[in-house]
Order: sequence, then structure tokens, then C-alpha cells
Amino acid sequence: MASPAAIREAPAWHRFTPGQRLARFAITLAIVAAIVASIRSIEVIPEFLVDAPEQMADLLMRMWPPDWSHYPSTVHEALMETIHIASLGTLLALVMALPVGVLAAHNLVPSTPVNLAAKLVLVSSRSVNSLVWALLFVGIFGPGALAGTLAIAFRSIGFVGKLFGEALEEAQPGPIEALTAAGAPWVSRMTFGYWPQVKPAFWSIALFRWDINVRESAVLGLVGAGGIGMALDAAMNLFQWDRVAVILVAIFAIVVVAEIVVTQVRQRVI
Amino acid sequence: MLKLVRLSKSYVPGKPVLTGIDLEIAARGITAVIGPSGTGKSTLIRCINRLVEPTSGAIEFEGSDLARLSGRGLRHARRHIGMVFQEYNLVERLSVMENLLSGRLGYVSAWRAWRRRFPDEDVRAALDLLDVVGLAGFADRRADALSGGQRQRVGIARAVMQGPRLLLADEPTSSLDPRTSVEIMQLLADVARSRGIPVLVNMHDVELAKRFADRIVGMSGGRIVFDGPPASLTDDVLASIYGGEDWLH
Repeated sequence: MASPAAIREAPAWHRFTPGQRLARFAITLAIVAAIVASIRSIEVIPEFLVDAPEQMADLLMRMWPPDWSHYPSTVHEALMETIHIASLGTLLALVMALPVGVLAAHNLVPSTPVNLAAKLVLVSSRSVNSLVWALLFVGIFGPGALAGTLAIAFRSIGFVGKLFGEALEEAQPGPIEALTAAGAPWVSRMTFGYWPQVKPAFWSIALFRWDINVRESAVLGLVGAGGIGMALDAAMNLFQWDRVAVILVAIFAIVVVAEIVVTQVRQRVI
Repeated sequence: MLKLVRLSKSYVPGKPVLTGIDLEIAARGITAVIGPSGTGKSTLIRCINRLVEPTSGAIEFEGSDLARLSGRGLRHARRHIGMVFQEYNLVERLSVMENLLSGRLGYVSAWRAWRRRFPDEDVRAALDLLDVVGLAGFADRRADALSGGQRQRVGIARAVMQGPRLLLADEPTSSLDPRTSVEIMQLLADVARSRGIPVLVNMHDVELAKRFADRIVGMSGGRIVFDGPPASLTDDVLASIYGGEDWLH
């Protein structure tokens, strides 16, 4: 039992200082203000909002039943093209991202200007969305799978290069030191010291990016860069909703398959 | 053999870790460097093969000054100096055989090394060495599957694979239990004696140093304060190296 004196002497304890409490209140206020401002700016039209379930039901009715006869005639080929765009684009990205990732890693290339230049390349690759890259390459090479492949590749360089560079920077310096002490040249230090350490990370990044690229290459066709997106665009423009349904199911299926493949390969490789 | 002349190192200007070290190592025998933590033992060892850049002084080894070498010249000089590390520093995800062969990376071209096309005599030497260090049959084990003592055996074998004319060992037993420590020191001593390689080892276990070394160098405050045979390492000397004397009794 605590004596009254002990209770009186117990120091007051608060989770936050008054300053912290004020800051937390200010942050809450800012978040609420931001939500209100954004709702006002997107100009929700109440009539359309009320109407939405009805429109949705109408669209689904038009899609049902999907007309599977479209699959062999147009969808299959587009689907295969999508996978090819994703795979070849990922492969190209890996080849281009490896040297940039190495240049970005400070422990491998101890020159801050070079690191910054490499990081600039990686950031610019990532700052442009694949759809924008695709528009760019459609402008240069004309519509088709080549533009899509390059769009995927250029968007992926930043992703792969950044993560690979970070993996290199996290490599243990001890083994590298041992190889240096043995008089190993730079290339051998890379292949014997760094590569075994970053190999699991590298394959993990490559698989993850391929998985993303399968999904991204499915929409590239909307801007004419080949793949199943082009078939989707055509079907929508022709109001062939039963064909749209087939394409959506096909995209869903391929994404699930990619997911399964990645999980299986990852378990075996890493 | 190896001669350090007025070797100094400051990581931060004005705060030297090593001050004017003069030390000569004979062509055989084990020289142990002892001294309190933070006194520059490790820096001294690492300056010799330039894993740490000395601030001033000369490192005379086989007729050249290692402190003045760079690029290819430095790499070729390093091939003749094997090194054993406290944390073993093996490439964990490579096999024991690959770790041993990595001691030959200074001799084999990067392209051949990448394809694991090492000369037959290197592979034979590696298998023989595995036998010597008591790891026969471990060639295809991954390094991360080994125990600490086994890893250090691989570490010693890798250093010997270089065909070194000097072995450096930076606290080779500090991560090991007492019994394994003795076994590892015994192995290091046996391998070095049978091949006539001089060893410079730094350690903080004085008893272990007295047991295995032919010569003891005591360091304190970045300077050499004692240099002599283990027998002359009296309590007075230990007190002057480590400071105080209550801990001696």
C-alpha cells in the first residue's frame, strides 16, 4: 500500500511534451485540410456517383458471357507478345543496369561525382513512367513491340540499378579485404568477393522486376507499344465488351502465372 | 626480410596511432605483438600489406619499399604476404575449395578465375593443404556451413595457398574458444615452421603468445616498449605494457 506521501511525491508523467502535443495536433489538422482540399479539387459530380452502380452493372452485363472464340484468333498472340516484351525488356534492363549499379556503389567506385552521375541516370529512369517511355519510343520507332520492349527496359534500369547498387554497398567488406591482401585484381575482387555476396539479391531483384514488367507491359498497348493492351484498346474502341472480358481474364491469368513462376524460381535459386 | 623504418600512422591528423615504429622481422620464427586494446597492433599489421595506408615511414620487404608501391606493383608484392584475419573473412557463399583457390587470385587471370579454370597444380596444392589443416573431404562444403575453428583453418590454408614469404595474422584466435585457439595457433606454427615462413601475429592472449612465439613485441600507446624472447616477459614488463599491476595477481 502506498503512503499518501508517496502518492504526492510521484512525479507527473506524460507521454508527450506540450511541444510534441502541439506538433501532433498541427499534423492532424494538416492531414484533414489536405483531404478536404483534394476532394474539392477532383470535383465529384454527385449525379455520376449515384449512377455508378447502375453503369457498372450494365457494363458487366455486356461483358457476360465472355466470347472465348476471340482467344485463339486475336488474344493469344497479343498475350504471348506481352510476355516477350516483359522478358526481353527485363533482360535488356539487367544488362544495362549492372554497370550503372556498380558505378553507383560508393564502396566499389569511391568517387562521389561518379556515384552521383550514376544515381542521376537511375533516378531519371525511374522518374519517367513506363507509359511515358512508351510514348517516347513509339514516337521514335513507330508503334509496336519494339517500342514496348525499350520502354520496359528503360523504366526498369532505375529500379534494378538502384536495388543492385544498394546490395553491393551492403556487401561485407571483410572477404574483399582478404582478396585485396592476396593481391587479387579488381575484376577478380568483383567476381570472387562481391558477386557471391550479391547474387541472391540480384536474382531476387530480377525476378521481382520481371513480375512487375509482365503487369506493366499489359497496359503499354494503350499507347500503341504492342502487347495485349493493344488488343484491349481495339476491343474497347469497338465496344466489343465480350472480347474485353476475355482479354481481362487473360491478363489476370498471366499475372497469376507470373506470380507462381517467380515464387517457384525464387525458392529454387535462393 | 621485413624491416619497418619509422613507420607512423594517424587516422586523424595530430592523433597518431603508431609513432615511429622500427621493427625488423627475421626470416623465420613467430613474432607476436601484444599490447592493450586500441594501441595500434592491428593498424601495425595492416600497414605492412597496405590494407591501411601508413602516414609516413618505410616498409622494406624483399628489397623494395612497400609504402611507395601502387597499382600492379603493390598487388604483386601483396601476393607474397599471406594474411589471416580475426573474423576469418572467407567468402561465405563459396565452397571451401573456392576459398582456398581465392588465395591464387593474384596469379591467375580474372577470366580464368571467373570460369574456375585454376591450374591443376593449384587445385592439387589446395587438396594437399586441406589435408594438412585437417579438413580433408571438406572441399565442396560451403564456407558458411563450417564452425569457427574450421573457418580459421580455411583462412590459414588460403593464406598459405599464396605461397607467401611472410604470414601476417591479425588476432587469429580472438573469435575462438580457448581450446580451439590453441589448436589454431599450433596449426599456424606447424605450417609456418614446416614451410619456413616467418609469422607476424598480433594477439591479446599473453599466455598464448608466450607459448607459441619465439619473440614478443610489446606495444603501448602506439610505440614499441618491449622486444625480446618470451622468457624475459616478466611481470614488471607486463605492467609497463598494460599499465597497473593489480590484474597480474
